[in-house]
Amino acid sequence: MRPIHTINALHSKLGTKLGAFGSGTARWMLGWWDIVFFGAQALVVSLSPSSYRAQTARIVARHIYQSIGSILPWYTVLTALISLVMTRIVVVTALSYGLSQFALEMVVRVLVLELLPMSAALFVALRYMAPVSSDIATLQRESKQASWRDDQAVLRDELMPRVLAGVVSVLTLTAVSAVVALLIAYMVVYGLSPWGFEAYTRMVGRVFSPAVALGFAVKSLLFSLAVGVIPVAAALINEPLANVGNKIGNKVGNKVSSNIGLTLANLGESGLVRLFLVIFIIEAATLMIKYF
Amino acid sequence: MDSPTPPSPEPIAAPIANIEVKAVLLLLLMLALIVGTVAYVLYARGAFERTQELVLLADDSEGVVLGMDMTFSGFPIGRVRRVELADKGNVRIIIDVPSKDARWLRTSSVFTMESGLVGNTKIRAYSGVLTDPPLPDGSERTALRGDTAAEIPKLVAMVKDLTQNLVNMTGESSNLNQSLANVQTVTETLKGPNGTLKMLLGDDANAKQLITALTQVNALLVKMDGLAAKTDKQVFGDKGLMVDAQATVKQVSATLLDARASLQKLDAVLVEAQGIASNTKVATTDLGSLRAEVETSLRKVEQLVGEINRKWPFARDTALKLP
Repeated sequence: MRPIHTINALHSKLGTKLGAFGSGTARWMLGWWDIVFFGAQALVVSLSPSSYRAQTARIVARHIYQSIGSILPWYTVLTALISLVMTRIVVVTALSYGLSQFALEMVVRVLVLELLPMSAALFVALRYMAPVSSDIATLQRESKQASWRDDQAVLRDELMPRVLAGVVSVLTLTAVSAVVALLIAYMVVYGLSPWGFEAYTRMVGRVFSPAVALGFAVKSLLFSLAVGVIPVAAALINEPLANVGNKIGNKVGNKVSSNIGLTLANLGESGLVRLFLVIFIIEAATLMIKYF
Repeated sequence: MDSPTPPSPEPIAAPIANIEVKAVLLLLLMLALIVGTVAYVLYARGAFERTQELVLLADDSEGVVLGMDMTFSGFPIGRVRRVELADKGNVRIIIDVPSKDARWLRTSSVFTMESGLVGNTKIRAYSGVLTDPPLPDGSERTALRGDTAAEIPKLVAMVKDLTQNLVNMTGESSNLNQSLANVQTVTETLKGPNGTLKMLLGDDANAKQLITALTQVNALLVKMDGLAAKTDKQVFGDKGLMVDAQATVKQVSATLLDARASLQKLDAVLVEAQGIASNTKVATTDLGSLRAEVETSLRKVEQLVGEINRKWPFARDTALKLP
C-alpha cells in the first residue's frame, strides 16, 4: 500500500516548480487522485478481517453509533414531514387535474428514488462528516510527530472507522427515509385501510423495475462512499500542503498557500465543496442514464 | 498493518453505555431495512408467485413498456415481461399472468390495446363467457388496437376537408355567395315599386302592360255587370222571357195531356187489331191443313196418272236392254 505522505511529497514538488495558478489547478486535479487513492485504501482496510481487532471494532462501533444515533431521529422526523407535505401536494394537484392514477408513482419516483437519497447524503455530510473532517485536520495538526505519519495504523484506527461510519450512515438513512416515505405515501392516499396494499404494491413493483432498482442501489452506494471518503481524504491532503508551504517559507509557497485558501481554518470547507460536487455529478449522471 | 496504534488525540466524549450493542443494533436495523425493502420490491415485482405466459400479437408496440399492467375489469391481472419483434415484423408482447388470476382468462377472451390522449397505452382483457375453457399456458392471441392518437390525423384531415369546403362555399365566386347576391337583388327588387311583378315578369315594361291589362279587365267587368243586369231584367222581368216560357210550358203540358188521351185510344185500337191478328193466325192454320189435303189429292192424281200411263198401250218400254 502506497503511503499517503508519498503522494503528499508530490504536492511539495509541485508547489516549488509550478507557478501559482498552474500549480493550483494541477494540485486540484491531483487532489482527486489522492481522494480516489485514499478511498481505495480505506476500502481495503475496511474489508480486511485483520482490521477488526477488538479495539478497532469498538472504535468502529462508537463512530457508527455517533454518526447514526445523533442524526437518525431528527432525520426520520424531517423525512416524514417532507414526505407528508410533498405527497399531499402531488396527490391533491394530480386529483384536481384528473391524473390521480399517476400521483403515487410520481411521489415514489421523485421522493424515494431521487430526493431522499441525496438529502440523506447531504444530511450526513453536513451533520457528521463536516465535523469529522475538521477533527481530522485538528488531529493531524496536533500530532506532527512521526506516529501520525504511521499511515496504516492511523488509517485503521482513526480514518477507516470514520469513513465506515459515514458510509453506513448514508445507507441507513437512505433505507429509513425510503421506508418512511413509502409508508407516508400509502397513508396519505389510502389512510389506514389495508385494502389499498395490493394496488400500492403493484405500483411500487412497476416503479422499481430491475434497471431502476439497480440504479437506485448503485446511486446510494456511490453517495455513501463519496460522503464517507471525500471529507476525510480532503482533510488529509490539505494539511500537508499547508505544512509544506510553511516549511518552505519562500514567497511562492506562502502565496500558493494563501491564494488557494489552504489554511487550517477552512480545510473542511474545501472537502465539502468537493463532496457536493461529486454528489451532484452522481445525481446528474444517474438522472441522465435513467431518463435520456 | 499491525503497527501500534497511536493514542487518539481526540478528547474522548462522555462514555456511552453499551455502545457496541447499540451500534450492532443500528447495523441490524440497516440490514433489516435493506433486506426488507429488497424483499418487498421483489414481491411487488411478482418474483414469488407462479405465473403463466400469455403472448399478445400486435402490429405496433408503441406505448407498451416493460412492467405495465394488463387489466381485467379494471383490476391488474398481468404484467408485461418482454416485448420483442417477431419474424413476421409484428410485435410479440409477453405477459406474465399470476396463476391465481389466470382463471379470468378464457379461450374466448378478447385482448385490446388502447392509447388515450393522456396517459399510457392500456392492455385490457375481456372475457364474455366465463364458462369457456381456461386459457392455456403460452397461448398466443391477437391484440385489437384502439388508438385515439391514431384517429387524430384522420380527424384533422376530415376537418381540413370540411374547412376547405366551407372556404369554397364562402368564397367570392362560390355558388352560395352568388345565390345570396341573387337573393339580395331579388329582395331589393321586391322593395321597389311594382317589385313582385317586376320580379315575376323580369321587366318594368311587362309589369306596366300587365297592370294596363288588369285595368282593362276591370273596365270590362264593369260593363259585364251592366249587361248582366239588363239580361236579368229581360229574362226574369215582368215581361221577360221567362214568363213567356212559363206559358209555353203550360201549353205544352196541356198538349201532352191530349196526346196521352190519344195514345190511350190508340192502345184500344191496337188491342183490337191484336184480336184480328189472332183470328188471322187461326185462319192461317186452317189453310195449312187445307193445303195438305190438296197436296194429298194431287199426289193421288199423280199416282193415278202414272197408273194409267203404265197400263196404257202407248206405254213406253221401260225395260233396260243390255248389250
